[in-house]
Amino acid sequence: MSTVTTTSAAAAPLLRRDLTNARLPKWAAPGIAVLAVALGCGIGAGAGLKSHLQWGLISAVLFLALSYGLAAKVEGRRQAKDRFATSVVWVAFILAVVPLVSLTVYTIQQGIGVVNGNFLSHSMKNVISAGPGGGIYHALIGTVEQVGLATAMAAPIGLMTAVYLVEYGKGRLAKVVTFFVDVMTGVPSIVAGLFILSLWNILLGFAYSGFSGSLALAILMMPVVVRSTEEMLKLVPNELREASYALGVPKWKTILRIVIPTAIGGITTGVMLAVARITGETAPVMMLVFGADFINNDPFNGPQQSLPLYIWQQYALVNNDFGYARAWGAALVLIAFVMGLNLIARGIARWRSPKAGH
Amino acid sequence: MTSSPPATSAGRDRRPRRDSRVGDKIFFNLSRGSGILLLVIMAAIAGFLAYRSGLALSKDEGNFLTTFEWTPDAPKPVFGIAVLAFGTVISALVAMAIAVPVAIGVALFISHYAPRRIAQPFAYLVDLLAAVPSIVYGLWGALYLVPHINGLTAWMDQYLGWTYVFKTTMPGATPRNLFTVGILLAIMVLPIITAVTREVFRQVPRMHEEAALALGATRWEMIRTAVLPFGRPGIISASMLGLGRALGETIAVATVLSANNVLSLHILDPGGGTFAQNIALKFGEALPFGRDALMASGLVLFVITLLVNGAARLIIARRKEYSA
Repeated sequence: MSTVTTTSAAAAPLLRRDLTNARLPKWAAPGIAVLAVALGCGIGAGAGLKSHLQWGLISAVLFLALSYGLAAKVEGRRQAKDRFATSVVWVAFILAVVPLVSLTVYTIQQGIGVVNGNFLSHSMKNVISAGPGGGIYHALIGTVEQVGLATAMAAPIGLMTAVYLVEYGKGRLAKVVTFFVDVMTGVPSIVAGLFILSLWNILLGFAYSGFSGSLALAILMMPVVVRSTEEMLKLVPNELREASYALGVPKWKTILRIVIPTAIGGITTGVMLAVARITGETAPVMMLVFGADFINNDPFNGPQQSLPLYIWQQYALVNNDFGYARAWGAALVLIAFVMGLNLIARGIARWRSPKAGH
Repeated sequence: MTSSPPATSAGRDRRPRRDSRVGDKIFFNLSRGSGILLLVIMAAIAGFLAYRSGLALSKDEGNFLTTFEWTPDAPKPVFGIAVLAFGTVISALVAMAIAVPVAIGVALFISHYAPRRIAQPFAYLVDLLAAVPSIVYGLWGALYLVPHINGLTAWMDQYLGWTYVFKTTMPGATPRNLFTVGILLAIMVLPIITAVTREVFRQVPRMHEEAALALGATRWEMIRTAVLPFGRPGIISASMLGLGRALGETIAVATVLSANNVLSLHILDPGGGTFAQNIALKFGEALPFGRDALMASGLVLFVITLLVNGAARLIIARRKEYSA
């Protein structure tokens, strides 16, 4: 009996020399990864596959198979499953990173040469779109005004609705509101645009303007603000509210002075994410703002331009290399704008309430 | 709005102080008013679109559900949503099939697998990427992804062609097809799904995880028994958010897809269309009646997203357990 060699510890526990199972060395996972990538590239190059996408996919499959196989051989099935799951998670991570990094890098690469002082400070008035030149100043003005108006409308309404749902909501109305807020989150931006078009422009007879665009953007923003604020208010510990009530503070003051300040970091982040979302919305703006080539500082009168719409027009309507270049330049500015907004918001949130972070 | 205080708030602070009662009343009504306003907006969206659609549908010479053409401004107006409905559903399905598993993986990576020093900046990066506007994705999709995905689609045609779905009848055509749109949509919704899922995974009670580990579970067994069951409603609600965005995505689809009115199960063939993309492309040149027709298709899109979100919401509500 003692001459029988077995790798399965569970089958013959008495024969085990150590208290622990055999384990792959620490460098096994990175080692397998390197091996898989090398093999993947080898196979890809050998088979003459042009797309590096395929090389990557082959490597990923090899990595999963190798790490499961090796672990099953050395460590047993439970450990193999664990290693397989770990590998899948890492592959998912890389699958997610590659396109997102590619998008960012490519946009910067294409846009950085276009963006300069002239591009930022001039409109497209009197610029022949088939040629070089022109800029995005009119679009910047339009976007800032439209998004600002939309936020001014949507943020207070969204905040108050969230307060209602979390602090007061127990009856049927609250249930209905919660349900429809969720449904409203899924309202496609183009539907919001169509709605404002049929109500504001066709029924009430207003002309295209920046403001009608911001009405549609506000509709898109409200449910996002409600949802994020709701989640944040729910995270505020009940003990804080109860302590405040116990001191005789009325409910509305408790909400304004205790609950909202505690959650303000998360709320700001939520509002800013909502702002970022609507800043990039093209569809409703396309129908309602109408995309002017000249500078229009008044969002309530006459067509305006907006950054996303500008990119779309340069890509789809101009549709040549000069148009593409301007589109990339505007895309870079748009991304920088949105991300800058994000960073500032988070900075404020952290500075404003250091303990709301988690 | 009636001014009677509800039982819920009156029950908690039944106190004789006059000023605070007035403040409570005002504040309560303000917040309830906001909630009601949201409901009114939703009702108005449905109402207005239904009204305009009614105008359009009464003059439609084709069958609205089965017609492939979209020519509402012709002397004999014919328009239908068959191609659009098909394209919308297929591209969203492709997107969800890719994005949801990857997003769960990435969320797990951030919450449980990554070394802490990588996890925090990466979570931050994902949040930032959720903010990248759809038009930028569209531009990148049309000018970078489409030329680079050729190899993959040729491969799928070669090895998966027997499934019929991945067979292409136009080898070598620029892959401005529903499959590419699906991939682009997957990339677009990934940060959103990841961000929401990650937050839920992070809220898993530490005790549950440690209990599982203490019983000798491996990390994967701990995740399967403690993290995933706790996070399931969150995963569903995150996927719902993603699906909503994928179904209604307009501009990224419009930049990538070369649309036509052919309904083909070969999703690697260029062509097809989606509701939102069709509205965006046809809107500019549409006459007033054409706009009403587009609103009819917008209403269908609205109803579809409403049903999807409503269904998902009910699934979540069944096992909702928010403990204070």
